[in-house]
Amino acid sequence: MLDFIIYALIAGISVAVVGGPLGAFVVWRRMAYFGDTLAHSALLGIALGILFDINLSLAVVLCCVALALGLVAMQRQHWIATDTLLGIMAHSALSLGLVAISLLDNVRIDLQAYLFGDLLAITPEDLKWILLGGIAVLAAIYWLWKPLLAITINEELAQVEGIQVARYRLALMLLIAMVIAGAMKLVGVLLITSLLIMPAAAARRLSATPEQMAIFASLLGSISVVGGITLSWFADTPAGPSVVVCALLIFLLIFFAPKARA
Amino acid sequence: MSNPDLARLEEVSLRFGNKSVLNNVNLPLHKDCITTLIGPNGAGKSSLVKVLLGLVKPTEGSVWTKPGLRIGYMPQKIQIDRTLPLTVKRFLQIPHGYSQSDLDSALESVGAGHLIDYSIHDLSGGEMQRTLLARALLRNPDLLVLDEPVQGVDINGQTELYRLITDIRKERQCGVLMISHDLHLVMSSTDHVVCLNKHVCCSGHPEAVSADPAYIELFGASHASTLALYNHHHNHSHDMHGNVVEGDCCGGDHA
Repeated sequence: MLDFIIYALIAGISVAVVGGPLGAFVVWRRMAYFGDTLAHSALLGIALGILFDINLSLAVVLCCVALALGLVAMQRQHWIATDTLLGIMAHSALSLGLVAISLLDNVRIDLQAYLFGDLLAITPEDLKWILLGGIAVLAAIYWLWKPLLAITINEELAQVEGIQVARYRLALMLLIAMVIAGAMKLVGVLLITSLLIMPAAAARRLSATPEQMAIFASLLGSISVVGGITLSWFADTPAGPSVVVCALLIFLLIFFAPKARA
Repeated sequence: MSNPDLARLEEVSLRFGNKSVLNNVNLPLHKDCITTLIGPNGAGKSSLVKVLLGLVKPTEGSVWTKPGLRIGYMPQKIQIDRTLPLTVKRFLQIPHGYSQSDLDSALESVGAGHLIDYSIHDLSGGEMQRTLLARALLRNPDLLVLDEPVQGVDINGQTELYRLITDIRKERQCGVLMISHDLHLVMSSTDHVVCLNKHVCCSGHPEAVSADPAYIELFGASHASTLALYNHHHNHSHDMHGNVVEGDCCGGDHA
């Protein structure tokens, strides 16, 4: 009877746990706008997935990766700055997705659910994918942690010290793309980035090491998910935005809390 | 010059689009020798270092490095986002873990032993430079590459850093390539000076060069007697594209 709530909680917490360390990287590397651009392109992935009749999560990951690669290629030119480029790509991808979806005949899509999430419509099938994907991403982060930290500190130093920077940068993009695909159903393409960066930003004040920050971010993200779903359940508010509002409250609480003793 | 090369740039040219950054540069680097790269802004000094380090592929020419060469690199300045909680100790240990005694001795050797538990964000300019130097030394390098090592350091600190670099070279007998703006301070602690302005304008041992009539002709008699007053005077000038407009020095190839 309450299965869907349980599914939503498990799925939401899984994404929050994985989103903790990745969100930390997004904050450290100032990739918030990049994450947003990937998230916006997720809708295009959905449209293409329906068009070619492939698994939608896979379609989203592929679309995000294609966009990330496109961005890397475009960054080689020097006449348009990266943030302009990101703006162009983000909104073009979102608009292309919306146009493509509207052109799809005899397919009815709840656009609202993709834009703002539908945490309470998680199926057991979705849950299975989110859990498997989440474990894979977590394992990858654990395995790649040191080189990822090294390229975050300074890419040139890392390169000179023998780290294949381009490879790890790509791996990070791929991991973020996977989390976006997993989180899209929960909070929607417009809100995903907030779930990545808000817990990480809040965790900064609590942490003395990168690892602590990643773990606190996972923890705060999970609390936001539980709080948001609870709010949604009792106050009948939309689940995705409720989770984000909880994340905001936690961020503000920590940000304005009196400074702890050193 | 019986000293074998550690690394060599061989006829390296670098262009970004139509813009020529480096033009036919040859540069050998030796063990137990400090080579200083000087030149005006936009002369391609940092680009040259990036080519040497393999960060940038040359448009033409090649980079040869001794097989197994270990390079310690100290970048000009690094910007670590303040949201990344990081102590000096952790900074030195990522990605390669070093033992506590290695960390201590590297920091001690640059006079920064007390910084180990500091947050990397709380360091002053000079402390950061020392930390970066310690990081480069931890790799036990055969060749130390320093891109403006004294940037953001006050005058006293600069003198001290240069003395430190001289000591490190003496102690480890490694090769050193450094970029510098401040010729006054650097002339006394270098073995070989390369003056770069997209191409190598002139190069040589500072003292030998100073005694050379060509040098006196090149840099003016008043400067020949005192290295401390070394000035960057050319007998040729460059137009906006970096091409040599008139004159020539050292008989370099200015085609």
